[in-house]
Parts: sequence; C-alpha cells; structure tokens
Amino acid sequence: MNGAASQEQVLERVRASLGRRYRQERRFRLYGLASALLGLMFVGLIFGTIISNGYTAFWQTQVLIDVYFDPAVIDPGGGRDPLELARADYNRLARAALTELFPDVRARRDRRSLNRLLSSGAAYQLRDMVLAEPELIGKHRAVWVPADDEVDMVVKGYIDRSLPEKSRRVKDRQLAWIDRLADAGRLERHFNAAFFESGDSREPELAGIGGAALGSFYMLLVTLVLSFPLGVAAAVYLEEFAPRNRWVDLIEVNINNLAAVPSIVFGLLGLAVFINFLGMPRSAPVVGGLVLTLMTLPTIIIASRAALKSVPPSVREAALGVGASQMQMVLHHVVPLALPGMLTGTIIGMARALGESAPLLMIGMVAFIVELPGSPFEPATALPVQIYLWADSPERAFVERTSAAIIVLLAFLLLMNGAAIWLRKRFERRW
Amino acid sequence: MQFETLLLILVAMTVASFVLGRQRAVAVAGRCGGIRALHSLPKYYGYYAAICCALPGLALLLLWLGLADRVVVERVVDSLPAELRELPEAQRSLLVNDIKNIAAGQFVDPGKREELAVAAELYLSLKDSSRRILSGLIVLLGFVGFGWSWLRLRPELRARNRVESVARIGLALASTLAIFTTIGIVASVLFEALRFFDRIPVSEFLFGLTWSPQTALRADQVGSSGAFGAVPLFAGTALISLIAMTVALPIGLMTAIYLSEYASRRVRAWVKPALEVLAGVPTVVYGYFAALTVAPLLRGFGQSLGLDVASESALGAGLVMGIMIIPFVSSLSDDVINAVPQAMRDGSLGLGATHSETIKRVVIPAALPGIVGGALLAVSRAIGETMIVVMAAGLAANLTVNPLEAVTTVTVQIVTLLVGDQEFDSAKTLAAFALGLVLFVVTLLLNIIALQVVRRYREQYE
Amino acid sequence: MAKAAIMARSATAGDGALADAGGPALRDDKDNSSNMNRREARQPRIAIADLAREAEAAQTVGDFTATDPVITVRGCNVWYGETHALRDINLDIGRNEVIALIGPSGCGKSTFIRCLNRMNDTIETARVSGEFRMHGEDIYDRKTDVVLLRARVGMVFQKPNPFPKSIYENVAYGPRLHGLAANRAELDEIVHSSLRRAGLWDEVKDRLEEPGTGLSGGQQQRLCIARTIAVSPEVILMDEPCSALDPIATARIEDLIDELSQNYAIAIVTHSMQQAARVSRRTAYFHLGRLVEVDATDKVFTNPGHKLTEDYVTGRFG
Repeated sequence: MNGAASQEQVLERVRASLGRRYRQERRFRLYGLASALLGLMFVGLIFGTIISNGYTAFWQTQVLIDVYFDPAVIDPGGGRDPLELARADYNRLARAALTELFPDVRARRDRRSLNRLLSSGAAYQLRDMVLAEPELIGKHRAVWVPADDEVDMVVKGYIDRSLPEKSRRVKDRQLAWIDRLADAGRLERHFNAAFFESGDSREPELAGIGGAALGSFYMLLVTLVLSFPLGVAAAVYLEEFAPRNRWVDLIEVNINNLAAVPSIVFGLLGLAVFINFLGMPRSAPVVGGLVLTLMTLPTIIIASRAALKSVPPSVREAALGVGASQMQMVLHHVVPLALPGMLTGTIIGMARALGESAPLLMIGMVAFIVELPGSPFEPATALPVQIYLWADSPERAFVERTSAAIIVLLAFLLLMNGAAIWLRKRFERRW
Repeated sequence: MQFETLLLILVAMTVASFVLGRQRAVAVAGRCGGIRALHSLPKYYGYYAAICCALPGLALLLLWLGLADRVVVERVVDSLPAELRELPEAQRSLLVNDIKNIAAGQFVDPGKREELAVAAELYLSLKDSSRRILSGLIVLLGFVGFGWSWLRLRPELRARNRVESVARIGLALASTLAIFTTIGIVASVLFEALRFFDRIPVSEFLFGLTWSPQTALRADQVGSSGAFGAVPLFAGTALISLIAMTVALPIGLMTAIYLSEYASRRVRAWVKPALEVLAGVPTVVYGYFAALTVAPLLRGFGQSLGLDVASESALGAGLVMGIMIIPFVSSLSDDVINAVPQAMRDGSLGLGATHSETIKRVVIPAALPGIVGGALLAVSRAIGETMIVVMAAGLAANLTVNPLEAVTTVTVQIVTLLVGDQEFDSAKTLAAFALGLVLFVVTLLLNIIALQVVRRYREQYE
Repeated sequence: MAKAAIMARSATAGDGALADAGGPALRDDKDNSSNMNRREARQPRIAIADLAREAEAAQTVGDFTATDPVITVRGCNVWYGETHALRDINLDIGRNEVIALIGPSGCGKSTFIRCLNRMNDTIETARVSGEFRMHGEDIYDRKTDVVLLRARVGMVFQKPNPFPKSIYENVAYGPRLHGLAANRAELDEIVHSSLRRAGLWDEVKDRLEEPGTGLSGGQQQRLCIARTIAVSPEVILMDEPCSALDPIATARIEDLIDELSQNYAIAIVTHSMQQAARVSRRTAYFHLGRLVEVDATDKVFTNPGHKLTEDYVTGRFG
C-alpha cells in the first residue's frame, strides 16, 4: 500500500532512479544544444563557402599595355568615320602592344598562347576609347585592359602550380609570362566595375550581373506596383467589409492554400495563361512580374490582414461615432494605422519574390542574354536565374562569379529584411 | 496612336471630369442654398464624374488587352492560303510565331515563303486599325460617361454612396483574385494534362515504371511515343523528401525545444534570428551549395569508405533540402510548443519529473498534433521544392531506394521538359503539365490536411 | 537545471532571523521601508494612516512554530526581478496538519508555497533567499535534489491541469517516472488506490482509458490530487484548488482534504475565508508580502491579534 508507511520506500526508490534520470536529462539537453549548434553551423558553412569562394570576384586582374593607336589599323581611310572606326580590328592593337612587351616570343604558336593572356574584352575597351575620343588615333597610351579569366585565376591563386602541366589549362610558358608581367608591375587587381555593369557573357571576365539585376529590378517593380494595391485592397475588403458567408470563406481557404502552393506551379500557370493563352512575350520581366505578383499576393494579404486586425475596434467606433461612413473610417483611420504592418508584409513578400527562380524558368527567363534590358518588355533574366545559369558553367572563374552574384543577392535580401524589421520596430504600436 | 499616349489621354480626361464635376456640384449647390444643400461633399461629385468617365473605357481596354491579339491572329490565319491553314495545330502556331517575328522586324529568314510576308503585313495593319478603333472608342466612352454624370448631377444625388459602392466593388474584386488564381492554376494544368492523357493513358502514367520522354523529341523517330511511366519520379521525389525530413525533423524539433525550453533569453535572442537567416536564403543558393560543396564532399567521403556515390546523389540533394527546411520545422514547432500551457509543465514538474521527462512525456505528446501538422507542411514544401533538385539531383529516372544513386524528381522533370526548345503539343511538353497536376493535387491535399490539423490543435488551447 | 539564482543566505536559526535582529536584516529593512514608501505613492490602495500598521506588520503576530514540524521556514525573501514579493517570512508546517494561507490578491501566499517545492525555479526572474528546511535538510541546498524534493512535496494547482492522456496514465505518470512500481500489477494497485483515496474511483473505474481532459472540472481537480498522492508525498501544497470549481465540486474537494489530512501535511492557499475556516487547523494571514498573523484557525477568525487580520476577516477589504 502506498500509505504513510511507504513514504520511506518511495524515497528510496526515487533516490535509486536519480542517477539514470539525470544522465537522461543531460543527454537530452545535449541533443538540443547539438541541434541548435548544427543549425548555426549550417548557416556558417553556407555563408562561409559562398563568401570565401566569391569575394575575390569583386576584383579583376588587369594588364597594363602600351597601345599605339595605329591609324593604319583603325582608320586607313583617315575619314574618322565612326562606322569605320567601330568596325576596325582592335585586337591587332592589343596584340601589337603585347608583342612589344615580349619581343622574344616569335613562334606563331607561342604568340597565340601569349595573346590568350588578354581578354577579348580588351579590344572592346580600346574601341570604346577611340569612339569616345578620336584624337587618340596616332598616339601612344598606356591602358589597363582586362586579363583573361585563366590569368585572373592564376593571380588569385586558384590554380595549383605544382600540378603537372598537362592537367593545367595554364601552361608553364604562360605562367612565366604572367610572372614577368607581375614583376614589371604590369599586372594589377582592380575593382571589378564590369561585374556590376555588364550583362551575361561566355567569357567569365566579361560576364556581369548588370543585366540580371536590371531584369530583377523591372520584375520587382511590376510585382510591387500590382501586388501592393491589390493585396491591400483584398485585405481591406476581407477584414473590413466582407460579409461572413461561404463565398468569403472560400476566398480565405484559397488564399491560405495558395500561400503554400509550390512556386513552380505558378510558373506553369504563367506559361499556360500569360504566354500560351494571352500571347505575352517569353523571357520578359513583365510576365515574370505578373507570375510573382500572383505568388506574393497571398503573403501580402495575410500580413495586411494581420495588420488591420491589430487596429483596435475603439478607433473604428470613434470614427463611426462622429458620422464617418464605413469607407471613410477605413480609409482615413484604419488603413493609415495599419500601413506600417502592411508595408512590412509587402517588403517580406518582395524579398521572397527576389529570391525566386523556379517559376521564371518556366516562362523562359533563363536565356543567355548579353544586352541589358531597356524596358520590362524586353527579354531579360533575373539575378537568381543568372546564378543558376552560371552554376552550370565549368570554368573555375564562373564559380567565383556565381558566388559573388549570390553575395550580391543575399546582400539585397538582408537589406530588404532589415528594412522590414526596422519598419516594424519603428512603427510598432501597442494598444 | 501609342499605348502610352492613350493612357495619358484617359488620365487627362479623368482628371478633367473630376474638376468639372466638382465645379458643377458647387455651382448647382449655389443656386439652391449653398454647399449645405448637397447630399455629399463636392469632391464626391467630382469622383463620381471621374468614375463615369474612366470606368467604361478601362473595362474596354482590359477586354481589348485580353482578346485583340487572338482576334487579329485568327483573321490573319484565315487569310492564309488553304494548305497553310490546314496544317496541324502545332505547326500552325509555329507559323503564327514566324509571322509575328517578321512583323516585329526580327530575323527575316530569306527562305520563308512569300505568303508569310503578306500575312505579316496584314497582321500589322489589323493591329494598327484595332488599336485605332480602341482609342476612338475609349475617348468616346469617356465623353459619353462624363456627359451622363453631368446630366444626372443634382444636389440630391447621393454621390458619396455611389462612389463608395464602386470602391467597395473594386475591393471585392481584388479579393476574388485569389480564386481566379486557383482557377487559373487548375485550368492550366488540368487542360493540358487532359490533352496528355488523351495520348498516354492515365494508368500508364501513374503506374508505369519507365520514364524516358526524350525519345519523343521528333515525331518521325522510331519509338516516338516515349515512355511516360511516372513511378520512378514519384519514388525519387519521395526518397529525397524522406531524406530531407530525416534531417530537418529531428534537428528542427530539437532546436525548437532547446531554444524554447532550455536556452536563456539572451541566447535565444541571438540564435533564433541567426537560424531564421536559413529560411531567407533563396533556394537557388542551396542548390549551388549542394552542387558545389556537399556533393563533392559526399563523393570523397564515400570513396574513402569504398562506396560509389553518384555525383548527383539523392543523399546530397536531400541533405541540403533538409537544411533548408530546418528553420521551417523549428519555427512551426516553436509555435506549437509555446502554445502548450505552462500549467501542464507545472503539473509534471510538481510531481518531480525532470525537465526532459516533462518535455518528452507531457509537452511533446500535448503538442503532437501541431508538430504533425507542421511536418506535413514541411513535406509539402520538400515535394514542391525545385531549384535544389534541379541543380543537385540527377536527370536519370532510376527506380531505386539507394540514396547514394542519382534519382530524379517530379519538379526536375517539369523543368527539364519545359526549359529550352519546346514543341507545343508534343507529349513531352504536355507531360510536364500532367506532372504539375500531380504536384498541385498532392501538395494541396497535404496543405489542407495540415492546416486543418494545426487549426484544431490551436483551438484546443485557446 | 535551476534557472533562478538562488541566494541561500545562512541566517541564524530560530528567533534570531526576526526582522529586528542581525545586521543584514536591518539593512534590508531600511531598503524595504524606502521601497515601501515608493510603492505607497504609486498605488494608494491603502490609506496613509495604514502606514503605521504596515510597519507594525513587520512582526508576525501569533505562534509561527508547529509542534512536530515537517517544513520550517525562516527569513524567507523572494524577489521577482525588482519586485520584492515576500519579506522575512517565518513559518512551520506540522505533520498531518492542514494550514490555510489567506490574504488579499498579490500578497504572496502562492509565491510562498511555490518556494516549498522549488517551483519558483521555473520562473526565470525569481530570486529566493532564507532558510527552508524539511526534516532539518536544507531545501535550497545545492546537494538537495529537486526531483526528490518534489516527490516528497506534491502540488495541486489553481486550474485543474490533467495531462492530455488517459485517466489511468495521468495517475500512473508519477509512479512511472520514479520507478515506484516493479510491474503492471503494482502500478494498477497504486493507480486504483490513489483514485480511491481521491474519491474518484467510483466515477471513473469503468473508463480509465478515456482522456483525463474529458472529465468535469471538479473531477479533473480530484484526478490531479490522485496524481499527486500516487507518489506518496509527505506534504501536499494546494494553490487555490477550488477557485475554478462550482460549489458542489468545492465541497467534495474540501471533504477530500479533510480525509487526506490524516496522512499528509497540507498547505492550502485560498481566497475563501469560509473554506479556510472549514478545512484548516491553523491559518496564516499574508498581507503585501508579509506574514501578518498565524495562529489556530479559531483564534484567527474569532479573535484576531492584528488590526489588518481583523479588517480582512471581517470583510473590510480583500
């Protein structure tokens, strides 16, 4: 019996179990701690990998060459006709400048591999210089031009020189030239502005995120312009005006479910409806924006409704009490008070839209596009899709660029989420 | 007329209507005893006039945007010579594409037939005239609408109520967009999927064991029907999701328990946001991480053990997907664990249970429905996740349960079938929509069940 | 395990720990009085004239010792963050006696009994100091095991809190944890006898596998009592066990307390003076964190020794 008589017995048994139970306790707690640490480790690992792989891409190795803007090559006619100038063979100028630096390299094969040290972008750069400043013709000028991505990789130390020559893409001879250039102070790392300004390219040293970022920008613009007013309007209706009936219940169920539909399904919708049915252009940011609008609307509606719910009924009663119509009450009092919450939700929705790529693959925003898009209707790709495209490229230099593009993307996302948190803190109101 | 100019004109007319309507309201009121005689504030009469002016035009504009191109294309196709008109639908749509391209001044292939150039000419002129008709109609409608409001404007007119009911209808329409989105999704995947099932029987699709859609690339090839047995895809999806859940569920749950039950407030304030960063990382980044870091790591590790790990193994994709889902599981579990009343914990602690005994025997059983609901939502996310598997899982449809081999998933196949050169109406393209239908239905069911479970759980403790 | 920082101040045992004794206590007192002034300024629930009586209350009226004490408390102080919730409490709980703790809301009576089985450990901001002994062993000593302590000092809470398990599992929970039963038969025996002692057996014997949350409020509370006595504690702490119950269920619980008092020491916190008068042998009156008066229940209700007690029991405030 477990009466008063057995209390001693109970104590004994409890005491006997204590050691085992405390060991369990410690073990359990350790599992918890280990899980949390594991989670943190993953965060560190992902960010560590990306940053350590990518930060070097913000600098690009450039070569200093002394270019003679030879009129015989650029402008044999002497007419200074811009069309003529644009068509000239600037590669020859670059090659000539390089030959001057290495007069001892004679053999054709060697020459060719010497020329490979320069990026094909060097010619474009010289052309742009001449077009901007035709007086250069006939003059000498020292110019920093981009080096080839392999040279860049060597300079950044990504290529293991101890490997046998056959398994290296940069040969011993080229390494010697690179060292000579470096010793002569003709090899420097410069800030890689092209990475932020230019569009995609097959050459890693010329490829940039400018086009993709612009595409993402147009897309987010379309998304914002459509989803914010629509989302707020829907939330206001559901929260303030909607009668309680089956139809409105159906709308709510729909919104909640749409919030959890896989994003790729929205891509299928975009492909079938916007492109195949409505005949909108493929690869255009405006279509991407439409798809992302449909995708982010549920998020914005849910957040906006929460913000509207947090406005106390007393505000509504006060407005109605002085004779405002329901619409006036909502527009003059409730919505302004709920606006920070709605904006927070919108920013978070936008951040998610910015990182989204799967639906964009469906609507063709995955093409190789060199030109920067001039409007939301021109073909473009988006930042995450650019990452996806580059991730497939085999060159070592693209690994670096991909990681750098991810760093930029993550920076934008952190910025947006930070803004959302700031907004929430700044306007948080307790009633 | 340019589209932008048309919009500008419409806006200008609307603004003018507002100003005139307002002025007229004031003027009318002046005749019968000042502004007080008006039913509403003068500005509402202005809004009323503006709405009357702009709304019909806008409705027409939307209609035109949706329909004009189709009508024009139809007329152009009708004008084509009979042998082109009678082409099968797939080729005809290619033809229409060519015509549009020529009209847009893009690559004019010299080999193209003369008829196409004529058709492009017609296309342009039709487009032009339709745009002109539209502009005229919109301006006309604007004047008619404004005139109507001008005539109706009297002090007794309940302008505010009318304006507000229009605004209300606008709000209601915005809220129905969610329903139209759902209808759009269902219609688009269902419609194309049904066309797919016209060619491939449903039973073969759902129960067939071979998946090789690639053979259907060209219609004239032998074996052009391809094999569309989706079981390997379902199995692959299930395998990867299973691996992801085995990673995410224990880690996410234990993290939530540790943070909400053991960690001090300061630790919680730092660790929780740090983990939430994982939730904000775009999936394409996870995919890259899987392909760049995890896959070679696993391969090297496997080699050191003498195992042959495929470079696109299910394990790698599953692991990374699990990492992605950790914050999802942990924040959902955190919510449900915190919803368990403190009284329940006190009751257990008061009997002499240790902290972990209380958690294991009271808190988790009490929170179980909520945790299960959260896990279901997580599974639905794993199934629908695309970028990680596209970048880190394979394309080969292996029917295997070995996590070290490469498998493919439903989402990977949708992407592969639809990205790149596609031929509308081929079984290959349509198959993607059939897969999309399966994906949508499965995730929808999971979501509905999970939301139901979680809601019941919430109600229990409220 | 303990989240709260426990300040185990070693005060001299016995009467020495009274407010007018040692140095540290004096310093405490000064702090307290300035504290108190501020508190008065903020919430003038009691008139300024009461201040004098307030100071008087620093000394407990009546006899706080018990003849055969199970638990002795000397110089107990509790802070919740900056709030000083209990001040210099001295109180004994005797073997097989029912002691009622009464007083207005927020006076610290629940806080006090939660100190006795260290349930305050679960509140992060709580700090406890003073000397708590059970059979001479220090409850707050580092070597004292909380699990063991709570097995000896059981607790019944304000709101019935059965676990979301079957009735049987609810009662079997404690014995299972502590390994009190060697086999299923013994466990059955413990569960059945606990339910019988809690007076619940006849109502639930046919539905032991049904969830405990399906019972009525009064039944749930008796289930919680059964759950508590299933581990055979020496002391049962009850924190307003009837406040969520209707009068009939309350009456059943009161009868139960009466029966249990033959085997257990029971400390019951209550808001109802009638309940205190009905069930307890001794009554302690708490006021704003102080133990104002403790004495035999008859004495406290018929002839209180302190003006505050009198005001409270005659219903002038509270």
